[in-house]
Amino acid sequence: MTGFWALLKRDLTLAVREGSALGTALGFYLVVVAMLPLGLGPDLKLLSRIAPGVLWIALLLAALLSLPRMFEADHEDGSLEVMATAPLPLELAVAAKALAHWISTGIPLALMAPVLGLMLNLDITLTPALVGTMLAGTPAISFLGSVGAALTLKARRGGLLLALLVLPLYIPTLIFGISAIGFASLGQDGLSASLLILLAISVASVAAAPLASAAALRLQMS
Amino acid sequence: MDLGPHAAFIWASYAAFAAIIGLLIGWTLLDGWRQAKALADADRRGLKRRSDRTANQGQKTS
Amino acid sequence: MKSMQTLTQRLANPTRFMELSRAILPWIAAGAALFIAYAMYLVFFVAPPDYQQGETVKIMYIHVPSAWLALMGYSIIALSSFGLLVFRHPLADVSAKAAAPIGAAFTLAALITGSLWGKPMWGTYWVWDARLTSVLILFFLYLGLIALRSSLEDEALAGKLTAVLALVGVAILPIIKFSVDWWNTLHQPSTGFTSSVDPSMRTPLLLSAIGFTLLFIALHLKGMQNEILRRRVKTLRLAEIERGDRAFSERVE
Repeated sequence: MTGFWALLKRDLTLAVREGSALGTALGFYLVVVAMLPLGLGPDLKLLSRIAPGVLWIALLLAALLSLPRMFEADHEDGSLEVMATAPLPLELAVAAKALAHWISTGIPLALMAPVLGLMLNLDITLTPALVGTMLAGTPAISFLGSVGAALTLKARRGGLLLALLVLPLYIPTLIFGISAIGFASLGQDGLSASLLILLAISVASVAAAPLASAAALRLQMS
Repeated sequence: MDLGPHAAFIWASYAAFAAIIGLLIGWTLLDGWRQAKALADADRRGLKRRSDRTANQGQKTS
Repeated sequence: MKSMQTLTQRLANPTRFMELSRAILPWIAAGAALFIAYAMYLVFFVAPPDYQQGETVKIMYIHVPSAWLALMGYSIIALSSFGLLVFRHPLADVSAKAAAPIGAAFTLAALITGSLWGKPMWGTYWVWDARLTSVLILFFLYLGLIALRSSLEDEALAGKLTAVLALVGVAILPIIKFSVDWWNTLHQPSTGFTSSVDPSMRTPLLLSAIGFTLLFIALHLKGMQNEILRRRVKTLRLAEIERGDRAFSERVE
């Protein structure tokens, strides 16, 4: 397990030191959300109605943007080969990297969402629900994303392909994230049910996705 | 045949279906023909090459 | 000599498949043609119009088999992927590769016929109905499988990675279906697409489903044959290059 924490710490340190990746993701998030009123017109009522969906979808796209980097650098400098032969199972190594991705990208994006919500005239009382669902759902985004990143490691046009492969996998997360916010806005108690399902999806992704990612990586090592 | 007020939709869906499945069948048959031809080509060339080589070796030993 | 042996090993099992499939393919194709022709005769000259939907119900006879074959195609890919990853069966990858475009074509057919059925029924070409949406997502998964395979140079690796993706898809498809159904009940209480099928329509529908399933199998077998031939050509060309290299080095020595 010490290997797991060491790898997590290394990835987080790298993410902090580079910083530009997170900056790019946050900047992308801001730009996409800002484009929307420009495309739809500044109708505040409309914007506040569609704000949760817009914030969620833009978050998915911003997270998607940072996925190809998950294994790329380690593949290029050969440390991925070392991880494949290290005593720490590759599944756990992948989990550490995905967890690092969640902490360094998923959480900052989720925390930025309420600020962007202000720009879209999102009902301020929905902010806890918005951030809560995003924090509950983004682990699934990082872990399912690791599968896509592993599968497209050696592919041509990797980034575009990654989007095609991974976005359908995000549909359950998106649907339950949005429905939880919807329930919160109506003041119904469906919120807890949706949130629980969302958490269940995240837990299942955390448990199962590293198996697929590690299998995909192993196939490309030999 | 009278297919009622929505005949156009019925014909359109059957036409689209026939086009997709027809293209699929056509592409599969064409591909099969192409592969068979490529294999025959390779076979012929492979035989020639081998005979080429044995002929060369024959010259070498003589 | 060693390379020759692996070459024959590589051809051994597929060779038997080629013989067998060549023997049965004409019969399956003929059966498909017969069933489809008879089903179409019944659809256009015998089957009555639906009391609610009128003649538009005729679209059902191609829409429902397409949707069924879209699912069957994905099941074939999933089973083949399992066979490839677990048992390393040489034909499994050929089967998965050949099934993908056929399944995708039937999925597309289900979407288009469903959309054309929806216009007279619902008044718009596209309704975000739970079933249509699920089929659309299935289509995305097919596209992902085809795109991933075509984006990798190494064909053996491409096959295995695509198999991993196919199995991930199988794991997540039920969850997607569940979430789409949930989402649909939230936003659209009823779509009114659930009328039970009258017995007079059941026979043509069944015959049509059998006919197109046979067609799917015939296309799948033919596609597998094509793929095997393609791989043979490739091995022969590689062997030719190897031989050329060897002849060259012999001459240099």
